[in-house]
Formats: sequence, structure tokens, C-alpha cells
Amino acid sequence: MTDEAIMNKALSNEYPHGFETKVASNTFAPGLNEDVIRKISQKKNEPEFLLQWRLKAYKHWLNMPEPNWAKLDIEKISYDDIIYYSEPQSVANKPKSLDEVDPELLKTYEKLGIPLHEHAKLAGVAVDAVFDSVSVATTFKDKLADAGVIFCPFSEAVVSHPELIKKYLGSVVPYTDNFFAALNSAVFSDGSFVYIPKGVRCPMELSTYFRINTPQIGQFERTLIIAEDDSFVSYLEGCTAPMRTEHQLHAAVVELVALENAQIKYATVQNWYPGSKEGKGGIYNFVTKRGVCKGNSSRISWTQIETGSAVTWKYPGVVLKGDNSHGEFYSVALTNNYQQADTGTKMIHMGKNTKSTVISKGISAGHGVNTFRGMVRATPGAVDSVNFTQCDSLLIGNSCAAHTYPNIEIGNSSAAVAHEASTSRVSDAQLFYCRQRGMSEEEAVSLIVSGFCKSVFQKLPLEFAVEAQKLLEVSLEGSVG
Amino acid sequence: MLKIKDLRVSAENKDILKGLSLDVKPGEVHAIMGPNGSGKSTLSNVLAGKYGYDVSHGSACFNGEDLLDMAPEDRARKGLFLAFQYPVVIPGLNNLYFLRQAINSIRLSKNEKILDAGQCLLLAKKYLAELDLDDSFLSRNLHEGFSGGEKKRNEMLQMMMLEPQLAILDETDSGLDVDALKTVAGVVNKMRSADRSFLIITHYQRLLDYIKPDHVHILSDGKIIKSGGPELALHVESSGYVGLGES
Ligand SMILES: Nc1ncnc2c1ncn2[C@@H]1O[C@H](COP(=O)(O)OP(=O)(O)OP(=O)(O)O)[C@@H](O)[C@H]1O
Ligand SMILES: [Mg+2]
Repeated sequence: MTDEAIMNKALSNEYPHGFETKVASNTFAPGLNEDVIRKISQKKNEPEFLLQWRLKAYKHWLNMPEPNWAKLDIEKISYDDIIYYSEPQSVANKPKSLDEVDPELLKTYEKLGIPLHEHAKLAGVAVDAVFDSVSVATTFKDKLADAGVIFCPFSEAVVSHPELIKKYLGSVVPYTDNFFAALNSAVFSDGSFVYIPKGVRCPMELSTYFRINTPQIGQFERTLIIAEDDSFVSYLEGCTAPMRTEHQLHAAVVELVALENAQIKYATVQNWYPGSKEGKGGIYNFVTKRGVCKGNSSRISWTQIETGSAVTWKYPGVVLKGDNSHGEFYSVALTNNYQQADTGTKMIHMGKNTKSTVISKGISAGHGVNTFRGMVRATPGAVDSVNFTQCDSLLIGNSCAAHTYPNIEIGNSSAAVAHEASTSRVSDAQLFYCRQRGMSEEEAVSLIVSGFCKSVFQKLPLEFAVEAQKLLEVSLEGSVG
Repeated sequence: MLKIKDLRVSAENKDILKGLSLDVKPGEVHAIMGPNGSGKSTLSNVLAGKYGYDVSHGSACFNGEDLLDMAPEDRARKGLFLAFQYPVVIPGLNNLYFLRQAINSIRLSKNEKILDAGQCLLLAKKYLAELDLDDSFLSRNLHEGFSGGEKKRNEMLQMMMLEPQLAILDETDSGLDVDALKTVAGVVNKMRSADRSFLIITHYQRLLDYIKPDHVHILSDGKIIKSGGPELALHVESSGYVGLGES
């Protein structure tokens, strides 16, 4: 995209991805019970062990209390009014190539800036496109297979690689973990599965694009990434949804497993519909993301740009089991209008000489509320482990809020933890300075914000850094004046 | 080019400018001197459109258009530039990127072609050399950790890039060493032209040794109490402000 187009785009006022695609769908009636779970499992031809696992999760969920939201203002969710499964009818024909995929669906992703044709713009990126409850297309599968990499929809992996699923599913986030993880484990539909064999450096960026389309549907994505010894993978997920006046639920579980000397870089550009300026509608984004650095010297990083959703609730974490392993968390979370974000990270140090780095940039504008929770725990075995946390908040205007809750539990005396926090405001003097140089107030704000976020943007794959910058600009619309 | 008539300005109920008039014609260089707190920065800020001031009386026109009604960015886009007395820090914001945003917002507003990163870099490098600054200056963050003199020279860099019609320099010479002072004066002299004007606020005659002003004004307690030629600045240098304006 040219600079001119970027600037023009920044001047347009609406959430640009709020359209709905008209396709004929097979959609379940709203409501949740064992039958619904059996029907989902049947749709996907799942092996019996998986159905049993879902049902156990469901029973567990039924007995769990809903979490109590300390800093969040959320309408009561009625789980019986949610639709748990919807797929475009055309996927029933199991298209074998892109040529057989419903052109309406291809057009949808084109419009979202994710052309699925392999010769198109995202030539260096393999994409799995998830639409409501199913994956509708996955690109570059063959090329990746040549390198030994498995990149496919989760529901395909369940059939083609049940042994890997059985071994790793729930191994990082058990269904007992929390209310939404339990719900997800019972009803999850699609997401991506990635397996990088020993010694392989994944030859391209992998990416999943999640699209919610059908009204009333809840999206329950499940993603699992396994990096064997000495392998490397960089993965990015993006997501958008139509504008609707009712809230919709997205409850995902993502599990990462890094074995000896493996590295997983996981990036998220989260742009779910944030609700109207008055705070009506928008996605409830309740997500459990965790990685385990299982092998020695392994490395996992979470980078997230969170600009969407009415409410975001997620704490991507890393369990540092292997000696010398390294966990990283780089986050930009922006809340404008009436958005709320309760996010942060958990770094659990277990191995010797483990290291974690946390950099969080929270931006609050309008009536937005931004809460950061950072948990760092070092067990007695985590000898000589080190954590560095930096948590900065930027406030725009006087009606927004930022909270920071560091939580540090150190179980041995050799661990070193450093925590830095700051809160600043976009000052009138800064705005005036930029405007005196010819920029509009909104350009000025996005420029100041981009400076504030620079250290995190630098962690994104190059192809998406520009995208993230643009996203911030659009999300900041109307934050001043 | 700039016509100010009987301008009265207050801030937080304090009267600061108390009936100030000034007429700057195209191509002219005006120097304004005056004691601390006399209202020099207030005048620059009001002309550039900073909020927080209450204009109770008078007018300011820029090329025939009412300045006081315009948003700050519109004034900038029409060619008014203010070199700040205290340039502000914007953490993390790349200096070159900022320059490019500035130049392109002004170009876009005039339907001119915008500069890509490479063109902007080339242009900036050319001017950096004139300012005796190293190229690495561009990759630093806007005013973060800049010395006083570096901040002022960065203001000059922006002025050179943006090519304004009217440049107001609010104590750009304060805090500069002799060499830097000459450099800044050289830049102004080079930019002087028949259709570009300068309003130079300074405490020191020194600067005016290098930039020959057409007019010198003494601002005291919110009013211009005396106007004259360069000799007026020499008088201030030797005798101070005492006794001026008491004719
Ligand atoms: N926003 C404001 N609110 C209240 N008082 C103000 C404000 N801005 C300026 N003043 C006062 O107005 C007077 C003039 O200030 P100004 O900064 O214009 O002076 P100056 O001539 O630029 O001084 P110096 O030579 O020290 O830079 C001072 O007494 C200052 O305290
Ligand atoms: Mg001043």
C-alpha cells in the first residue's frame, strides 16, 4: 500500500472490516448440550478419544463458576443463546484446490487484505483461512510438506495425525485450566495445527486468519504448534468480524510446545470488531494462550497487537521447563471508546538459568480501560533465573484508565526480577508541536503512539509491522477532539 | 504578509499582550527583543495557534487571511513555521519519520506529490551537512536525549525542509555556541528571499551581527514600545531596556 493510501485510510472513519458475507450455511440451532458436542465431533469425523475428551471437558465446565471480573464491566453471557457451529455449505464438498473454493469466500479474504491465491501479495506467507467454525482454505500446504512441515486445519490433523493430537492436546492448557478453556475444549471447532520436524527451519511465515461471519455464533478456535528439537517457526494470526449490535464470543485456546533448542515466534494482530463508539456490540475475546519451553535452550515469544474487541481477556504465558530456555512477551494493547482490555502474561520459571522478557505497552483513549497483569513465578528449581518486565501506559484524554498489577512469586534466592513501570500522557505540547508541523490532530496522536509502541512493533514480522501501524491509526479514530 | 493589529491576549486571567501591532512585509526580517516575561513566546504561540490563550481584541492576518480562526495545522500548511523556544520530546518517534510525516502532510494539503522515504532522506542529508550535523541524527528519536543546541539545530533542519513563507524563530540562538550561532545565521541568510519573511525573537544583539534585520522592535509588558533599525539592538546591548519607550 502506498503512503498516500495509508494516509487516506487513516482518515476514513469506520471499522473497515465490518461487512458480512452472504453464503448459504449449515448452522446449528443455538444452545449447548451433549448432543451438540457429539454433532460437532461427528461433523469432523473425530476419533472416539477426542469425543470422550470433549465430553469430559463439558462435564467439568458445567460445574465451574464463571470468572469474577475484577476490572471488567461485562454483560451476562447467555450460553444457551450462542450458536456453536456454522459452516458454509460449500465446504461440505471438500474442495481439493482453491479453484473449487466458493468464490464468495475467496472474495471475502481478498477484501480483508488476505488474498489466498499463492501468486498474490502474500507470496511468502502460508495462510489457513478459518471462517466461522471451519477452515475454508489453506495455502502452500504442498510446499511446506516438501520441507516436512505439517500446516493444516486442526480438524484435518485430528484425522490425519491423531497420535500427535492425542499426545499434545491439552498438555499445555488442560481443560481444567479455566472456565473458557473448559468451554473451548468441549466445543472447539477449527484452528490450525503446525508440526515442525526436528532440525527444520520452517521455510515461510505461517498464518491463520480468523473470520467470524454468522450472527450469534461463538467462535472456539483451537491451535496447536509443535516444534521438535532444533526447529524454528514464525506464526501470525489475524482476526476480524462484522459490525453487530450484539456481543459475540470468541474463546480460543492456543498451545505451543518447543522442544530442545527449538524456537517458536507467535504473533497476533487482533482486530475483532470493537463495538460502536457508544460501546454497543463488539466481540468478547476470552483467550487462553500458553507455551511450554519443554526442551533445554528452547525459546518462545508472544507478540501481540490488540486493537479490537469490546473486551479482551488474555494472558499469554510461557512455562520455562527446560534449562536455559527463554520466554518473551511483547504487547501493544489499545482501548478506545468503551473498549476494555485485561491482558498481560505469565512467566513460570522452572528450569535452571531460564530467562523471561516482558514489554507491555498499554494505550487508553476515550473511555477505554486497560489493565495489565504480569505474573512471574520462579520455582525452587529455577536457579539463576532472570526476569525483566517493562510496563508502560499511555493515556489520551481524561476519561480513560490504566491499571498495572505485577505479581511476583520467587521461590529461590538466586532468581533476579526487575520490574519497571511508567504512565504518561499524550501532552498538549506534543500535539501542538506536531500540528505546527502540518499534521492533523489524529495524525499527531497516531505518530506519538507509534513512537510509544516502537520497541514492540520491531518484534513483528516485517510484512505485518506496517499493517499494525495502520491498524493503530484506524483504531485511534476519534480519540481526540 | 503578516499584519497584527492591536492584539490583546490573556491566559488564565492574566493579561499578557496589551495591544500589539506589527506589519511584516514579504522579504523582511524583523527582530523582536524584550525582557523576560514581556510576551514574546506568547506572541509566537498565538500566531501559531496554540490553545489556552484568550484573544479579547485585535486581529492577525497572514496573506490577507484571518490567522486566529485557523487550526494550527492549517496555519502550518499555509506556510507559517515556528521554531520553538523549547522543542518537545516525543519518545520513540524516529526523527526522519517525523520529518517525512511533516513534509508530506504539508505537501498533501497542497495537492503536491509526497516524498518517499528515500527522497526525504536525500533532502535531509543535504541540509544536515549545512547544519554541521551527522547523518546519525536522523535515526535518533525526536529530541530524546538531544542537547540544547541539537534541539535548536533540529528546528532549523525542519525549517529548511518545510520551506515556510513566514518563519518565527523563538530564541533559536539561546544556548548555542558561537559556531552554531553562525551556522544558524547562515541558514537564515541563505533562506532569505523576496517572498519569505522572518520574525526573529532574541535576547542578544550577537545574532543580529550575522543576520541583518530590516526592523527591530522592543516588546515590553505586552506592547511594542519602540521600533527602529539595527541600531536599536545595539542600543539595547549596551544600555538595556531602561528608558526605552519613554519619549
Ligand atoms: N498559559 C499561561 N498562563 C498563565 N500565564 C502565562 C501563560 N503563558 C504565559 N504566561 C505569562 O505571560 C508572561 C509572558 O510570557 P512569555 O512566555 O510570552 O514571555 P517571553 O517574553 O517569551 O519571556 P522569555 O524571554 O523568558 O522567554 C509571563 O509572565 C508568563 O508567566
Ligand atoms: Mg519566551
